[in-house]
Amino acid sequence: MKKIQLSRAIFLALFVAGSAQAAKTDVTIGMQLEPPNLDPTGGAAAAIDEVVYANVYEGLTRFGPDGSVRPALAKTWEISADGMTYTFSLQEGVAFHNGSSFDADDVKFSIDRAMAEDSTNAQKQLFANIESVENVDGDVVIKLKAADGNLLFNLAWGDAVIVAPEAVENLATAPVGTGPFQFKNWVQGDQVVLEKNPDYWGEPVKLDMATFKFISEPTAAFAAMMAGDLDAFPNYPAPENLAQLEADPRFSVVLGSTEGETILSTNNKQAPLDNVLVRQAIAHAIDRTAIIDGAMYGYGTPIGTHFAPHNPAYVDLTANSNYDPEKSKALLKAAGLPDGFTTTLKLPPPAYARRGGEIIASQLRAVGINVEVSNLEWAQWIEQVFKGKDFGLTIVSHTEPMDIGIYAKPDYYFQYDNAALQAMMKSFNEETDTDKRTGILQEAQQIISADYVNGYLFQLAKTGVASSKLKGLWQNSPTQANDLTGVYWED
Amino acid sequence: MLHYLIKRTLILLATLIVASLVVFITIEVVPGDPASYMLGLNAQEDTVAALRAELGLDKSRVARYFSWVGGLVTGDFGTSYTYRTPVADMIRDRMWISLPLAVFALLLSTLIAFPAGVFAASRRGGITDTTVMGLTQLGVAIPNFWFAMLLVLLFAIKLTWFSAGGFAGWDAGFFAAMKSLTLPAIALALPQASILTRVMRSSLLDVMNEDFMRTARAKGLSRRQALWKHALRNAMVPVLTIIGLQFSFLLAGAIIIENVFFLPGLGRLIFQSIASRDLIVVESVVMLLVLAVVLVTFAVDLAYAWVDPRLRSSR
Repeated sequence: MKKIQLSRAIFLALFVAGSAQAAKTDVTIGMQLEPPNLDPTGGAAAAIDEVVYANVYEGLTRFGPDGSVRPALAKTWEISADGMTYTFSLQEGVAFHNGSSFDADDVKFSIDRAMAEDSTNAQKQLFANIESVENVDGDVVIKLKAADGNLLFNLAWGDAVIVAPEAVENLATAPVGTGPFQFKNWVQGDQVVLEKNPDYWGEPVKLDMATFKFISEPTAAFAAMMAGDLDAFPNYPAPENLAQLEADPRFSVVLGSTEGETILSTNNKQAPLDNVLVRQAIAHAIDRTAIIDGAMYGYGTPIGTHFAPHNPAYVDLTANSNYDPEKSKALLKAAGLPDGFTTTLKLPPPAYARRGGEIIASQLRAVGINVEVSNLEWAQWIEQVFKGKDFGLTIVSHTEPMDIGIYAKPDYYFQYDNAALQAMMKSFNEETDTDKRTGILQEAQQIISADYVNGYLFQLAKTGVASSKLKGLWQNSPTQANDLTGVYWED
Repeated sequence: MLHYLIKRTLILLATLIVASLVVFITIEVVPGDPASYMLGLNAQEDTVAALRAELGLDKSRVARYFSWVGGLVTGDFGTSYTYRTPVADMIRDRMWISLPLAVFALLLSTLIAFPAGVFAASRRGGITDTTVMGLTQLGVAIPNFWFAMLLVLLFAIKLTWFSAGGFAGWDAGFFAAMKSLTLPAIALALPQASILTRVMRSSLLDVMNEDFMRTARAKGLSRRQALWKHALRNAMVPVLTIIGLQFSFLLAGAIIIENVFFLPGLGRLIFQSIASRDLIVVESVVMLLVLAVVLVTFAVDLAYAWVDPRLRSSR
C-alpha cells in the first residue's frame, strides 16, 4: 500500500515537474507567401519584412504596433533649427549576429549603400533627400538637401535597416542583423527558422525559436490551423471560415487594420476617364458595402479618399461618393455620354481584385458603363498597367504607409496631374510642425476626393488567427511585419 | 537490338534540342520583367536597370539562350533571380520530395492495381469484377485534390494522426519523412490505381481471347494457370506504357496536391517561379522534367523490347 502511494507521489512529482517545463517557448507562424530572399534592402516583397522586420534587422528608428515612429538603434536624436541636420546618438553594446560590433560606420555604410548609384533598394526614394551621412565622434550626422519632416519615418522602413558591411554579399540567404532573433535555417519552399539572439542589446525576447511556415492555399491554411500545425496565421487568407475558427475555443480571431487603401485606380489621361464628371459617375455607381460583403466577407472599412481611417489625420469623405446609380446616370449624360461607354478593367491576382472586380463590373454595367474584364498575373500587371499605363480601370491595394504623396507624381500610373496638390505635398515634406502637417494632409485628402481621381473602395482589413494562449502579436499592420519581440505564451 | 538502341537515342537527343528551344521561346515571349516584379511599385527606373544588369537580363535573347543551354550541358543551371541561390541546388532539394513522392504513389498504385486487375479479370462478370469496376469508376471520377482534402479532414483534423501538410524533412528520419508523404501519396495514387486496374483488366481479357491462350487451355492448363503462365506477360505492354506515363505525370503533375499539402516539391517550385517571372528556374525545371519524361519513355521502350522479343528485331 505504502509502495503504491510512494510511486504515485513520484509519478505526481514527475508529472508536475514535467508540465512545468512544458511551457512553450517556440512558435510556428503561417504566412501565405514565401519571401524570395531575406534581404529587406534588396527587394520589395512584403514577405521579406514579414519575416525579418524588427526580428532580425533593426534600423535607426522603427514602427511601433500603433504605427508611431520609435527609437531603435538610435537612442536619441537632435534636429537642427533649420531642420537640415539630424544627429543620432546610438545604442551602446550592440553587436551583429556574426559577432562584429555595431557603430556609426555601419550606419553610414548601410545608408550609403541604399542610396548608391547601383543600389537595388526597392524604396530608394526614401533616401532621395539625404545629402550625406557621417560618423562624428561615434554619432551619426545626416545632412539633408532640403528640410524633411519625413526622415525619421522613412528611416523606420524595413528598406532602411542597418546591415553588417562584411555580410552584405550573402544577406539574401544568410541575413545578419542586430535584432533579438538570429537566422537559423531556411528550407526553401517550406519554412524559415529564427532562434533567440542570446547577446541581444535590448530587452530579451521570451521565445526561444520562431518558425515561419509558407502555405499559399487558403484551404490548406485552414487545415493547418485546425490540425494544430500552426500557432498563428497573422494575415489569414481565408475569410470565409473565420467564423468557424472564432467559434473554436482553441483559437482567437483578431481583426485589425492595415495600410492598404484598396482603390479602383483610374487612368486619368485616357478618354473619357480624363473627364471628372465621368470619374464622379463611376464613384456614384459603386456600392462599397456590396463589394466589402461580397468580395471580403464583410471585412474592410469603407474609405472616401486615399488615407487610412485609423490615422488621426483621416477625414471621412465617403459621402462624396455615396452609392447613387441615378445620379451616376445623370452625370454620364452631363458628360455627353448618355449611352455610357466601354473601358477596360485589368485585375491583378489577389482575391480583393478578382472577386471585387466582378462585382464592380456588374455595378458599372448597371449604369451603362461596359467593362471588359481581364485577369493578369502580377508581372504582367506591372508591365501593362503600372509601367505601360495601358488600362482604363484596375483594382489594387496600395499597402505602403502614408502614401498619399503618389498623387503628386504626374507620371505615376494613374496619371493625376494637379499643380496645387503637388505644391501642397512639397510644403508637407518640408514642414516639421505636427499640427500643420496634419492640416496639409487633410486638405490633400479633400482635393483628391473632390477630383474623384480614383474610385475609393475600402481599407484592407487584417484578419489574424492565433492560438488563444498566444499573446503579443500585432493587431494592426502599420507596416508589413510580424514583430515577435513582444510575443509570449500565457501560463 | 543495337540498331533499336541507336535509333531510340537519336530520337531522345532530337526531342531534347527541340524542347529546349520551345521552352525558352515560350517563356521569353510571356510578358513581364523579373526585375520590375522583384522591386515592386515604388522602385525607381535606375534601380530596375541596375538589377537587370546584375541579373544579366540586359544581354540579348540569343546570347541568353546559348549561355543557358551551355550551362545545362555542363551541369550549371544558373542562379535563381529571386532566390539568388543556384538553381541546381533548389532543384536537388525539391527533387528529394517530388521523386520519393512519385515513387511512393506509383508503388501504391501498382500494388493496388495489379492484384485488383488480375482478380477482376480472372472472375470476369462476377460480383468481385463488378465491385472492382464500380470502385475504379469512382476512383477515376473523384478529383484528387478533393480526395486529398477529405483525407486531411479525416486523418489530420479529426483523428490528428497526420499533420495537415508540410514536409518533416529527411533529417527528421526516414519514417517521419515518409509519414508526411503518406497522405499526399494516397491522394495521388487513387486515380492512378483506378486507371491502371482498368487497363490491367481489359488487357488481360484481350489476351485471354487470343489463339495461343486457347492452345494453352487445350494443353490442359486451368484458366487460372493459363492466366498466370501465359497471359500476364503478354498483357504487360499496355500496362507498362501507362505506368511510364503515370510516373512522368506524378513527377511533374503533383502541383495541385503539393499545394493542398503545402509540400515544397518541384510542382510548386514551377508554380511560384512562373508567378515571380523567375525565368531561369522555370526554364531549367521544365527542361529537367522534359528530360525525365523522355528518359522514362526511353526506359519503357526498352522494357517493351524485353517483354516482346519481336520489337528487338523490328526496324
